[in-house]
Amino acid sequence: MSAAAHGHHDLGFFKKYMFSTDHKVIGMQYLITGIIMAFLGGYLAVKFRSQLAFPELALLSGSEYNSSVTMHGLIMVFWVAMPILVAAFGNFLIPTMIGCDDMAYPTLNMISYWLFLVSAFVAIASLLIGGYGGAWTLYPPLSANMAEASGGGAYVIGKVPGLFSGGSLIITAVALEIIAFLIGGLNFLVTTINMRAPGMSIWDLPFVVWMIDLAVVVFMFSVGPLVAGAIMLLFDRTLGTGFFDPNRGGDPILFQHLFWFFGHPEVYVVLFPSMGFVGEAITTFSRKPLFGFKKVIWAAIVASILSFIVWAHHQFIAGIDPHAAVFFTIFTVLISVPFAAMMFSFIATLWKGSIELTSAMLWALGFIITFLFGGVTGIYLGTLTSDVVFHDTYFVVAHFHYTFVPITIFGGMTAIYFWFPKFVGKNFSEFWGKVHFWISFISFNAIFLPMFIPGTAGQHRRIAGYTEATFPAMAVEPYATIRIISTVAFWVLFIAQVIWIIHMIVKFYTGEKAVKNPWKANTLEWTCDSPPPHGNFATYPTVYRGPYEYSVPSRDSDYWPQDEKG
Amino acid sequence: MSSEARTMTFSEVPKGRLIIWLVVAGEMVIFGGGIVAYLLYRLNHIEIFDYLARFTSTWMGALNTVVLLTSSFFIVKAHDYAARKELKKMRNAMFVTIGLGGVFLVVKTIEWVPKIKAGLGLNDGSAFWGKVSAAPGHTFWLSYFFLTGMHGAHVILGMITIFIVWLSVRKGQNLHRVEMAGIYWHFVDLVWIFLFPLFYLSR
Ligand SMILES: [Cu+2]
Repeated sequence: MSAAAHGHHDLGFFKKYMFSTDHKVIGMQYLITGIIMAFLGGYLAVKFRSQLAFPELALLSGSEYNSSVTMHGLIMVFWVAMPILVAAFGNFLIPTMIGCDDMAYPTLNMISYWLFLVSAFVAIASLLIGGYGGAWTLYPPLSANMAEASGGGAYVIGKVPGLFSGGSLIITAVALEIIAFLIGGLNFLVTTINMRAPGMSIWDLPFVVWMIDLAVVVFMFSVGPLVAGAIMLLFDRTLGTGFFDPNRGGDPILFQHLFWFFGHPEVYVVLFPSMGFVGEAITTFSRKPLFGFKKVIWAAIVASILSFIVWAHHQFIAGIDPHAAVFFTIFTVLISVPFAAMMFSFIATLWKGSIELTSAMLWALGFIITFLFGGVTGIYLGTLTSDVVFHDTYFVVAHFHYTFVPITIFGGMTAIYFWFPKFVGKNFSEFWGKVHFWISFISFNAIFLPMFIPGTAGQHRRIAGYTEATFPAMAVEPYATIRIISTVAFWVLFIAQVIWIIHMIVKFYTGEKAVKNPWKANTLEWTCDSPPPHGNFATYPTVYRGPYEYSVPSRDSDYWPQDEKG
Repeated sequence: MSSEARTMTFSEVPKGRLIIWLVVAGEMVIFGGGIVAYLLYRLNHIEIFDYLARFTSTWMGALNTVVLLTSSFFIVKAHDYAARKELKKMRNAMFVTIGLGGVFLVVKTIEWVPKIKAGLGLNDGSAFWGKVSAAPGHTFWLSYFFLTGMHGAHVILGMITIFIVWLSVRKGQNLHRVEMAGIYWHFVDLVWIFLFPLFYLSR
């Protein structure tokens, strides 16, 4: 009776939490799936890091080692970074930050998640039948090889050999995951363009919404060739078509182009949302407007455009034309300019602000420090001359993780701590948040900072074990000790995340109810209840100003919500 | 940021039109990847590709071009009729569009079957087109099957889309959806306009 009187009805468990079309439930589904996959990817790293530190124990065979590093990479990029950074927080934040009730196409949104979940299961199935060991970039000729596809414990069904091999399954899973994100991304864009609250111009959109939408645009315009490439690869593996077989006029380098045309922009697909989270946390906890808001967005747009013409810096030693390599070097160095501008904007925002070192702020500052280091080391790899030396060494591994871990873990944790009170509706413990940060920050640096040393000494990234017998030059000190330091630090990092997840689960059940606007922030999601009910807003807001009106001199209060009149 | 109120909104475009254009944009990039792959293969083996393009049937390709252009004309008519609420004519025009899509697929099948039987793209295919060294020309047939096959799949998808839209508009509701189906169908048509010269004319 009362339900009917309020105009909504009890949906039952399945409709409410399983096949929900509510953007907040879908966001939570993406987040939880992403976190589970993160622990799976982390577990694989526990395995191969232990093997690397103690090669004489022979914990993993060569092919198990190859499979666990490959699957670790694929899972972390496609099933952790993308769902958590883009999909989960895009779903949470876009409708609540632009002041509407849900996505433009709620059913499409649900389909996107379920397709994503299917792709995750296919990826896990691939892992269960041995995974794929040819590196996460899936380069042919190995990945296109029918014998590889149908050999080595793979299942042959009917007349199609190799369809149920670990490699074919993981390629299929990647293709499905891409389609899920294309569907979800279209929804994000249409929602942002069409469903903004009255009065909200594009320059009143919060920074993070800009960044998530830019990420979607970059994804949409870069991923197509990889879709084509993945289908061609599957045909090569199962029908023996030979698109990438040089013996029959095919071209293995072609796949590298198709892959990296997406692969480089993909870094920005995950980086942009992450910078968005960090930007929001930094302005809120410095009580200052985001420095040069419009210019930062223009910088991001310039970086997006440049990101389409740098891809071949991944192929410098794959036999590309040296003139082309020079071209790609120039644009690669150039693309660091807009990113440097964005990082300066963050630092300038902090300058003379009233800084509050909350957990979310610590993670945001951690992002800036570690990502800056990742960016600087990237210049050595984007430059043709030094890349020839560092290619495929642990220098690359260390650099890559100095970009991707800040993006995924530091940026992701910034967002999780910042919006936990809003979307879970409970307060967490700042103490445990800070403990989590400090253990993670120190152990992360202890893993990857020392790794540059064997990297510059030429330690190769695809070797399962450096022993006295196999590689005497690299089995000596300090390299052996450094490998052990990295591994032990990684165990610590992994345990810190276990502590974090326990903290989150405990607070989900026992935490005190969060207030509407614990951080005194300006954007619209803080005017909803915590957690926002179905439909988000009691009355739909009208927007009167931009998102970063902090410490306006004429006002008593140091913030000025976007929907406050006058 | 200045703090005065603003009432400007960025877009008055209906959300259906917006999402269909975004779908088209995304799909163009997918086809773009395939077409670039074809062009790279072709640049590597210009003479062989020129030679092999003689073995595709220009008249069947041309016939299919005419069929698709005509079908596009009919979906435009359907949109016109929808605007004027002439439901019977609208429904018929949509059916003609679907029917012409079917004709396209039949012609395509007639064109494909002997080539598949000869094993083009999988073995050297010399039984079909003569004695030129097979190796580099292999990728011509692969691209041919891949791109025209992917396009054919989109023709089927477009036909299904128009049929679903037909179901939802036949009683006179949701008439704006005819336009969305039309935009998608024009895109399918446009892709063919790119593929036709690549495989049937450049020799
Ligand atoms: Cu790159």
